[in-house]
Amino acid sequence: MGLSRRLVFLLRISESHGIIRRYFVVNGFDGALTMLGIIMGFALAEPTNTDVVISACLGAAIALAVSGVSSAYISEVAERRKRLHELEQAMIRDLTHSAHGEAARWMPLLVGLVNGMSPLLISLLIMLPLWLAKAGLALPVSPLLLAVLIALAIVFLLGVFLGRISGISWLRSGLQTIVIAVATISLVYLFS
Amino acid sequence: MIHVTKLVLDVLKPHQPNALDFSCTVAEVGANYRVQLVVVEVDEHTETVRVRIEGDHLDFAAIEKAIAGMGGSLHSIDEVDVCNMAAPQLEE
Repeated sequence: MGLSRRLVFLLRISESHGIIRRYFVVNGFDGALTMLGIIMGFALAEPTNTDVVISACLGAAIALAVSGVSSAYISEVAERRKRLHELEQAMIRDLTHSAHGEAARWMPLLVGLVNGMSPLLISLLIMLPLWLAKAGLALPVSPLLLAVLIALAIVFLLGVFLGRISGISWLRSGLQTIVIAVATISLVYLFS
Repeated sequence: MIHVTKLVLDVLKPHQPNALDFSCTVAEVGANYRVQLVVVEVDEHTETVRVRIEGDHLDFAAIEKAIAGMGGSLHSIDEVDVCNMAAPQLEE
């Protein structure tokens, strides 16, 4: 069995599709809102050097990634071990070397990577205008405003994705997440 | 030469892999394997299935390994078809 087929097989027997999808959206949303908050904070403060903004955003993105990988990995290992143990008791045999044992070893790593990479990649995407401004590229609007617009677009797309999964209107779901993002911006504005 | 052409096995397996994935994995063990699976009993974590495998030359050890690899336990061999075929290549 090829590597990709084996991975699909392990995902299926461990019923991990839903968990991975949930972690991707939840932590991706977390990453987008965190970046939105930091960038809004900088936008409302005194004009700051782009390098400082990039460093702050990058620091938060890395912390989110490390936190995402480690927290999901630790909790998934515990959960998978418990389920494997229950299955072993039902089967009255050791399943360490079976596909279930293999899934219990590899799925926490995969879930952890998705949970960590999702906010990191989304954060890097939101930071793109800052990198471009630093590289000297002329942008049509301020890099902070462009980063906010990208963050709003990503939040909307995550809502659309959730809407399509749950079978409700994608527009309604997308607008719901936009409302949350606008509420975040308003709170940052209110307390800055 | 002894050839096993049919096996009916009583197997206890977890709910996953499901009947289709389980049968496909057993069928992948050898060329021209035909697998028929019937779920006999379902419990909270496990299910008992009756697996009928037919082929020109079944490899029992490999089939048993495939079943164990999916977390299953072979409980009994309920039916077998075995024949002693002369090897045609050797006679020519």
